[in-house]
Amino acid sequence: MSRPRFTPWALGVLAVLLAASPAQAQDGVRIGLTYSAGTRPGVYILPMRGTQADSVRAILSRDLDFGDRVSVVMADSGAAPTGALNYALYARLGAAAVLQLAEQIGGGVSVTLHEVGSSRVLQRRAFGLEGAPYSPEWRMSLHAVSDEVERWITGTAGIAATRVLFVRTGTLWTVDSDGANARPVPGVGNGNFPAWHPTGRTIAYTQFADDGSQIVVRDLSAGTARRLSFASGTNITPAFSPDGRTLVFSSGIDGTDLWAVLLAGGQGPMRVTVGRGSANASPSFSPDGRRIAFVSGRLGRPEIYITDTDGANPEWLTTTGFGDQSYRSDPSWSPDGRTVAFQTQIEGRFQVATINLRDRSVKQHTIEGINEQPSWSPDSRHIVFTSDRSGSRQLWVLDTESGRLRPLTQGAVGRQGAWSPRLAVPR
Amino acid sequence: MNARFPLLALALVAVTVSACKPPVTPQTSPDPAVNPDSIAARTAREQAAATERARVEAETRARTAREAAERAARDAAARAEADRAAALAAARNAFSTVIFFANDQADLTADSRAVLDGKLPLLRANANVRIRIGGHTDERGSDAYNVALGQRRAAAAKRYLVDQGIDEGRIDVVSFGEERPAQVGMDETAWSKNRRDEFEIIIGGETLRLP
Repeated sequence: MSRPRFTPWALGVLAVLLAASPAQAQDGVRIGLTYSAGTRPGVYILPMRGTQADSVRAILSRDLDFGDRVSVVMADSGAAPTGALNYALYARLGAAAVLQLAEQIGGGVSVTLHEVGSSRVLQRRAFGLEGAPYSPEWRMSLHAVSDEVERWITGTAGIAATRVLFVRTGTLWTVDSDGANARPVPGVGNGNFPAWHPTGRTIAYTQFADDGSQIVVRDLSAGTARRLSFASGTNITPAFSPDGRTLVFSSGIDGTDLWAVLLAGGQGPMRVTVGRGSANASPSFSPDGRRIAFVSGRLGRPEIYITDTDGANPEWLTTTGFGDQSYRSDPSWSPDGRTVAFQTQIEGRFQVATINLRDRSVKQHTIEGINEQPSWSPDSRHIVFTSDRSGSRQLWVLDTESGRLRPLTQGAVGRQGAWSPRLAVPR
Repeated sequence: MNARFPLLALALVAVTVSACKPPVTPQTSPDPAVNPDSIAARTAREQAAATERARVEAETRARTAREAAERAARDAAARAEADRAAALAAARNAFSTVIFFANDQADLTADSRAVLDGKLPLLRANANVRIRIGGHTDERGSDAYNVALGQRRAAAAKRYLVDQGIDEGRIDVVSFGEERPAQVGMDETAWSKNRRDEFEIIIGGETLRLP
């Protein structure tokens, strides 16, 4: 789970070993537009000079490592190289790319990406960093640099410049994608079932009171909040449509159904499901905004269904491959539209699984402990979920391609994670 | 000298005469006001004292009787209040008795319906009372589905009470899902106690009338 680190001594040994088979390091691996999924090209991050050099390099290397698309190779120490790079050396070290970093006057960072195979500079750009060094804003803007570098290398932007909203001690918290800056969302008080607006500037959640639950929409920048639910009783599990104009949530007194409300107003709530007294909850939009996955107990036990956003064509998604005593819920539609993640009960315990929407094949991703409440990252590859595998319920991040796991939170119980869209762009 | 002699002689004669007369009994008056030592006076005083004693005794008896009556009334009132409080407590207990559900179910059992029937007298005798039914689940389901399931459980109890004639406007329902377990634990004993509806008087609880 930890990032591989190479001491200069180990690098020497590695160089010798690689020299014995110089071709294998680059076979089948190209960077940029020809990068293919399933490979993890090696990226060597050169030493860097400057007052924040160690932090910049550490954050950037960790972001690339947590992206699970490259293998980070980083010397522990050494002088920042000057002049032309010895590409042959880095090729023997297994690097497909070399990342050269330098502090900019005024606080930014300059990044040069060398493609080892073609012995040339592939990208070079200076990035500004926001806020005071080491502040949450500074870190977030550096995460955006990581995501851009990952896009240079793999063709897919990283997910470092994101956060996860979650529930801790009855209120909402956020944590950066790398586990840093865990802190409560100001002003929320009691909150559950959080959801991100596609802009990342607004959230929605359920606020419980002695007389029921209500949906609240909060502007994170302005700190303002307004109630969006229209009825008493239960109002839970909000989800924004991909265009950000509609909020769908579960509401009802005798049974719950999905209802859609326009954020700008001007039209009354529109009923999405007709559950006839059953429980219908946990909506998750398809990326084109035309369909919604949700959980329903309409046929007895909870199962995952898909419906058009106007309520037409409801379809039972999780139809086969499960025992009668199973229980499926908490769907999360991947941003690429191909997969729905959900939790399924296996031998009395929830496990995280995904269903491929093309062939309806199901893949179970977890075994150890109780694992539930999956939420996709913007790259449709990682899932944040709740697990008790460490002894208490915490958030974990799963790379669905490699199966690699890493803990995201620690301390008091964390649950109901909701992965944000990308929150910062490089500038 | 000659002038004094006749006066002395007269004094001697007077003394001699008075010494030879029989003793004289003092004359008493029959009016007790005039003669407080008379029999009548004594009798009157004794009668008055007896009358006073009788009055005091009567007053004492009356006061004792009154105090006894008051004490009895107080005791009776206290007993009545205690009986009423006990009856109210019993009625409240009957009202707040929890009903339970089968796993992943929101249907009322026969036992649950009987428990709900026990709440009807209090609700009928107190038309001003407003109640809240809270639906709960065990911890095994998903957070969201459990809130929805708790809502259905609360609604099932409300629907039954309304069917028995209770105004639906007097009954609020709320779901807490798995967030407020009655018993913490990860076994069927705990789970079965957590799949429940709870009942609470939210308006009119201070002025309850007995059925």
